[in-house]
Amino acid sequence: MKRLVYPPLGIVLSLLLWYWVCVQFKLPTSALPTPGQVLDAALGRWDLLLSEGWVTLKETLYGFLLALGLGIPIAVAVSNSQILNLMFSPILIALQSVPKVALAPILLVWLGIGIESKLAIAWLVAFFPIVVDTSAGLQSTPRELLELARSLRASRWQVFYKVQFPAALPFVVTGSKVAVTLAVIGAVIGEFVGSSEGLGFLLLSATSQINSPLAFAALFALSALGILAYLLVAAAEWALSPWLPHSHERTHP
Amino acid sequence: MSFGELSNVNRVFERRGFFGATRERLVAIDDATLSFEQGELVSLLGPSGCGKTTLLRIIAGLIPKSGGSVRIRGEEVEGPHPDFGFVFQTPNLMPWRSVLDNVLFPMEILGRCDARARSRALELLDMVGLQGFHTSRPHQLSGGMQQRVALCRALIHEPALLLMDEPFGALDELTRMEMNDLLLEIRARTRATVVFVTHSISESVYLSDQVVVFSRRPSRIVERLQVDLAYPRSAQTRFSARFTELAQNASRALGVLH
Repeated sequence: MKRLVYPPLGIVLSLLLWYWVCVQFKLPTSALPTPGQVLDAALGRWDLLLSEGWVTLKETLYGFLLALGLGIPIAVAVSNSQILNLMFSPILIALQSVPKVALAPILLVWLGIGIESKLAIAWLVAFFPIVVDTSAGLQSTPRELLELARSLRASRWQVFYKVQFPAALPFVVTGSKVAVTLAVIGAVIGEFVGSSEGLGFLLLSATSQINSPLAFAALFALSALGILAYLLVAAAEWALSPWLPHSHERTHP
Repeated sequence: MSFGELSNVNRVFERRGFFGATRERLVAIDDATLSFEQGELVSLLGPSGCGKTTLLRIIAGLIPKSGGSVRIRGEEVEGPHPDFGFVFQTPNLMPWRSVLDNVLFPMEILGRCDARARSRALELLDMVGLQGFHTSRPHQLSGGMQQRVALCRALIHEPALLLMDEPFGALDELTRMEMNDLLLEIRARTRATVVFVTHSISESVYLSDQVVVFSRRPSRIVERLQVDLAYPRSAQTRFSARFTELAQNASRALGVLH
């Protein structure tokens, strides 16, 4: 019962505080619109928010899936071959420390203002957590499980797909949860740098027209989108749960 | 010729410093010679860290020896052998597999996971009292139940030699005694030869035909006791005069009783 009452109460109190600040300090709408004005803007332009949100969601999910599709094989390669590990780990670490935002203008020049450049940036920021967590998972297989497989003379392939990979799955899921929220940020950065659609673009154009209520509505839509993307990964985790260890025995670095 | 023959086995771990100079030389096991017959249950008894686990892993072919010879059924052990079953200190189950699928894991690796393997797995689970838990996940079971599953997994491919590395060390006293009886029952049924590592004097005497006692590092065999208590053994056995006498002999060999 407490769980049902207090969270909405917290939200209502925060909204009241927001409203009180607007009224008390006589803030102009352009600086901080009241919750009512934001709601009006959201209801008035809901079709716009939905269509632009759909664009950003596509950029986010495609970028995330691309990161998953490329990140996992690279993590597998790096953690199974010492030579590849020695050759490419330093490069991966160096690349990870590059501020991805700084690459956005370059990617824009290469790929244009269409969905490709957003997808590339979303991919870039989502890629590293997936590679890092997956290879951490692959390298932390319990020693005794590997010995069990070895005592039966399992082939390398058998060890990989029957022991190593399933043992690493919880790590892949954790990495994916981080990655998908980063992918939203990546997509919005891409839209900020140059685009003609998406919630980031809507946010920019609304602020340039000093249409603060719409900008705030876009902001709320963005955080709803982030939550939605996270929930999609959580749903995938739930669907995979027969193969994942129970949460209380899950280990994470 | 005995079923298992170890002669002058030793294992030295060397830690090398810069320029390949030997910095540290650790003798884990020195000059171990022992033999056992088919169907025999041998305990390797010694203080923690005395290298008995190392010796077990050498017999299993999981780690190489530095010298000497290990022959099982006349054949030198050069690496892991699928005709051996291994039970680890921890249950070591795969959390993403059901109990039944954990037991079937060796058969999958050996490519013999058919209907016969399945029915044998169910039979084994019945034997250890886990009927009705086939679809459970390991985390839903207690430590003792998990180790029972591990025991079934080690037996599924009908190994000629069962190697057990302090399998009941993490269990409470009562569960451990139950597991001891279970092991003896399984052995009576399967006629498997067992090498059992333990640091419990009473456990080693209760289970074994032969107790091999190890000293502290550098680890050597200090005594080989033949246990002439009749099977089947029961709780009564633990209170017999002969049991006490054998336990005293083992304690003396370990240096904990003067």
